[in-house]
Parts: sequence; structure tokens; C-alpha cells
Amino acid sequence: MIRVQNITKRFGNYPALHGIDLEIQPGEFIALLGPSGSGKTTLLRIIAGLEFQDEGHVYFDGQDVSDIPVGKRNVGFVFQQYALFRHMTVADNIAFGLSVRKARLRPAKAEIKERAQELLRVVQLEGLGDRYPGQLSGGQRQRVALARALAIEPSLLLLDEPFGALDAKVRKDLRRWLRDLHKQMGLTSIFVTHDQEEALELADRVVVMDHGRIDQIGTPEQVYMEPATAFVSHFVGETNRLPDGRHIRPHDIEIVTAASGRGEGQLLVDNVFRKGGAWRVEGRLHGSETIVEIDVDAHEPPPGIGQTVAIAARRARTFALAEEA
Amino acid sequence: MRRHAPGTESRTAQVLLIGLALTFLAFFLMLPLVAVFSEALKQGIRPFLDAVTNPDAFSAIRLTLIIAAISVPLNMVFGLAASWAITKFSFPGKNLLLTLIDLPFSVSPVVSGLIFVLLFGAQGLLGPWLSAHGVKIIFAVPGIILATVFITFPFVARELIPLMMEQGKDDEEAALSLGANGWQTFWHVTLPNIRWGLLYGVLLCNARAMGEFGAVSVVSGHIRGETNTMPLHVEILYNEYDFVGAFAVASLLAALALVTLVLKSVLEWRFDLHSGASH
Repeated sequence: MIRVQNITKRFGNYPALHGIDLEIQPGEFIALLGPSGSGKTTLLRIIAGLEFQDEGHVYFDGQDVSDIPVGKRNVGFVFQQYALFRHMTVADNIAFGLSVRKARLRPAKAEIKERAQELLRVVQLEGLGDRYPGQLSGGQRQRVALARALAIEPSLLLLDEPFGALDAKVRKDLRRWLRDLHKQMGLTSIFVTHDQEEALELADRVVVMDHGRIDQIGTPEQVYMEPATAFVSHFVGETNRLPDGRHIRPHDIEIVTAASGRGEGQLLVDNVFRKGGAWRVEGRLHGSETIVEIDVDAHEPPPGIGQTVAIAARRARTFALAEEA
Repeated sequence: MRRHAPGTESRTAQVLLIGLALTFLAFFLMLPLVAVFSEALKQGIRPFLDAVTNPDAFSAIRLTLIIAAISVPLNMVFGLAASWAITKFSFPGKNLLLTLIDLPFSVSPVVSGLIFVLLFGAQGLLGPWLSAHGVKIIFAVPGIILATVFITFPFVARELIPLMMEQGKDDEEAALSLGANGWQTFWHVTLPNIRWGLLYGVLLCNARAMGEFGAVSVVSGHIRGETNTMPLHVEILYNEYDFVGAFAVASLLAALALVTLVLKSVLEWRFDLHSGASH
């Protein structure tokens, strides 16, 4: 089990993390989700031992590793830009962690080679061992970086924006593949992302961060359906903020007939377009400049642009004022 | 008037620009270089060989090579250490260090030489203490080495700092995270990443170490056969109207520079190939 206790970190005068507490169970897949500057990467680097906290402790299985450097924590770290050694072949990159071990702990040369081949198979890059990183595509480099991190049989796998530098199609494929790999190998993994879709799709639990604090820890379902703060509600999924302080998801607003008497407000429709399996209706709330987005079932006819329709909330949330960012 | 897309200047302009550049090169670089070699060989190969193998000339060549052999490795290590510290760590006084590295470039070499005279000379700060202990620095080889190390310090660091800054520290962090120690990280990851830049800096450093005149002139004392380097020897011969001798030694110095230049071009070519393959 990984335990992060009351971690605080400043860079000069800039406070990066305030009193972070987090517990991670063995085998969990955790996403650190937040905008840039939220402190998510700093937290990941502190867990890795690449950065050191000003206050607080990090425990691996009850052992205090707060002052232990990265090389002795037995963590696999996958860098955002992969950080592959460009002058080494793919196989040598993967073997690096084993080759630099002290003679007494180092496997025989043949064994290291075999292990590298095995890992190439795991990441589905068989036969590319003799290539150099410069000759690989982005997705392939990413998998080499992963294989290199796995070669040392880490007790914890840490990934910094693992899909950030890839195009959309490759990203989706790799995402699915990584989740399967995580399950197969029974790893404990933490990844950093600013992409809520990625976090919700992959993670067992999502840690939503903002301004160096954790706003919420929960399953994707909890974080999406029961956002703890206004920030979470807006960062994870889309949310309309109404002048009366209510926060409503686009699919939680319905268009009602004036005759039903359920209308809570009038919307002047500015734009209607297809968004996935629904119509996205954008408009301004009557009597204010508040822009409201609504999802309408694609099987129903959408309202016309320029029309005014009555709307009602199916489900809305309010947050304490102090949390309104 | 005809209009041109950028980069497609008229034929005349192209010819004019290229011609101008070539003429400039011919007059200010090629001509003097040819002159040095032709003056040296003016009276045939015999006087040239005599001038080069003369004991004083021989001692100057030897001293120059010794100076380079000591100061270049030293500055390779200093330059590496400074670049490493500046690009991979953050610490107070980092900007000051960056500025200090440039100091030898911005100060006149004569002043640099004088600094050492003021420090270690007979009338200098540490002079009396040094002479009491029988250590001779000024007007001796140690002084020349000190001055040369000072003058040539920026070459390696200046070459490496932008390169290492651009490369960042991800590779080093990756190596550390995989369990490599500091030395393994440097040897297997950092050094291969910077090897061409390092070699290039070392070559420039070497060229200057062998060619430095001003600072060395101040601290050397011009003792023939003892503290004369090749540039100083050239000047002495020239002042004595021994033109063949002066130009013979000068042509040797120029030849050393040319070798350095050719090496540099070869390295640049390889460097391009290398970076071409990795992007």
C-alpha cells in the first residue's frame, strides 16, 4: 500500500502542494487529474522520489521512503516525452535498468537479453529490438518507455501524461492496451493526466486536484455523478452554472412545453449541432447573458435556431460558496 | 520592377552576394594564409626546416603542446562540471556563475595576464609567500598554464550549456529511476548525449590554448628555450628581422589550426548525420 501523508511542497515562493493525503491500495489504477499548475505532476514526482517534499511523508508498504532517492524506491517511471536513450538500441534501452545493477545483483548477459526480448513481446514490439528510438513512431516509443520501466520489476508504475504526445487514434488504442496490461500484470499504477475522459476511462479511482490541493478522491462514477466541489463539477464533464448558483450537466436539462407548467426559465437558442449521439443546443438564458448548453436526445427533433424554449432541470447541484472558484 | 518571392532574389543579386563573400574570404583569410606559407618557404625548404628544428623553436613547440595538453583536459573537466551544475541543478548564485563563465571572453587577454602577475608576481599579493617557499609561477610554466586555463575556460562550457539545457534532465532522471548511480548516468546517458558538442568545444579550446598570445605574453617573461610558446617565439623572431624563421613557426601554428578546423568540419558533418537520425 502507498500512503502519502500531509505532503507540502513549494518552489521558491510558489506553493505547489498543500497538505496532500492519499492512500493507494495494491493493484489499483489511480489517475491524478487536474489542470496545469494543479500540482499533479509534482505529486507524482514526489511519490517517485524525483522531487522531495518540504513537509510530510511517503510510505511504501508501511516503510517511510520520504528521504529515499528514486533509484532505491523500485518504481517504474514513464516520462511524458519518454526520455529514451537515443544512442542505444531499443533492446539496450529496455535492458538498461538490469545492466546497471551491481555485479552481485545483475543477471547474466544472456538472461538480460532474454528478459529484454520477453518485454518486447509484452509491449508488442517483437523484432524491433535493434532499432534506435529515432526510428520508431510515437506510440512505439511510448511502449518502449513502458517496457524499460517494467524491466526492473517495479512495485509501483508511475506515468506522467502517458498519452499526451500522441495523436487521438493511437491514444485510444494505447489507452485500452495499457489498462489490459495493468490488469494482466497486477501492477499498482498512478498516472497523471489533464484529460478527464482519459481519467474516467482508465482509472479505478480518480484524484481530482486543483491549486495544489485534492478536491475529491473517488471512483469515476462518484467523481462524475457526485462532484464534491464546483471545480470538480466543471472540470470533470461539462456543467452549466446558472445565475441562481445551481450547477447542472447539459444532459440534466430538458426542454419542456410551455403548457406543462414545469418551465423554470426561457432559453433563446443560438446554435444547434450534433455532438455524438445527441443534439447539443446552445443558448442564452432569458433576461441574462448566461450561456447554457443542453443535450437533447438525437431521436427527438431539436429546437430551431432563434426559437425560445422553456427549460427545466432534472438534477442540479449547489456548492457552498467558499468552494466556488 | 519585378517582384520576387522571398528567397528567390534575382540572379544578379545572388552573384553579387556570393562574389562579395568570396572576395572577402580571399582577401582576409586565404591571402594571409597563403602569404604565411609562401614567406616561410621563400628561400626553399632547407631554411624552413632549419628554423623549425632550431632548439629554441623546438622548445617553443614542445612548450605549446605541453600547455595545450594540460589546460585542455583541465578545461574539459571544468567546463563539463560547470555545464552540468548549471543545467541540471538549481542553486543560489547560478546566474552569477553563468556570468563568470563569460568573464575570460569579455576581459582583454592582457588584463587577464596582469591579474595573475598581480596575484602571483614578485610584487603581487601572494608573491612573497610563494618565493619564500621556492615556488615560481610568474615568468615560468605554471603561470603560462594558469593564464591559458583562464583564457580558454569558456569554450567547453559555452558549447555545452545550450546543448544540455535543450536536452533537459529527463534522460538523467530516467537513468536514475532505473537504478543507475551518478557515474553510470553520466557515462552511459549524459556523455553520449553531449559527445559531439563536447568534442567541438574541446577543439575550439585547444585551438585557442595553442594560439593564445596576450595573456601568455604578460606572464611568460619571454625566456628563450624555457617560457616561450610558439606565438611568442614568432613575435621574437619577427622583431629580430628573421622573417623566414618567424613565418616558418607561424606556418606550423597555422597548420595546427587548419588540422583543428578540418576535424571540426568532420565532426559537424557527423553531428548533423547523428541528429538527423534521431529526429
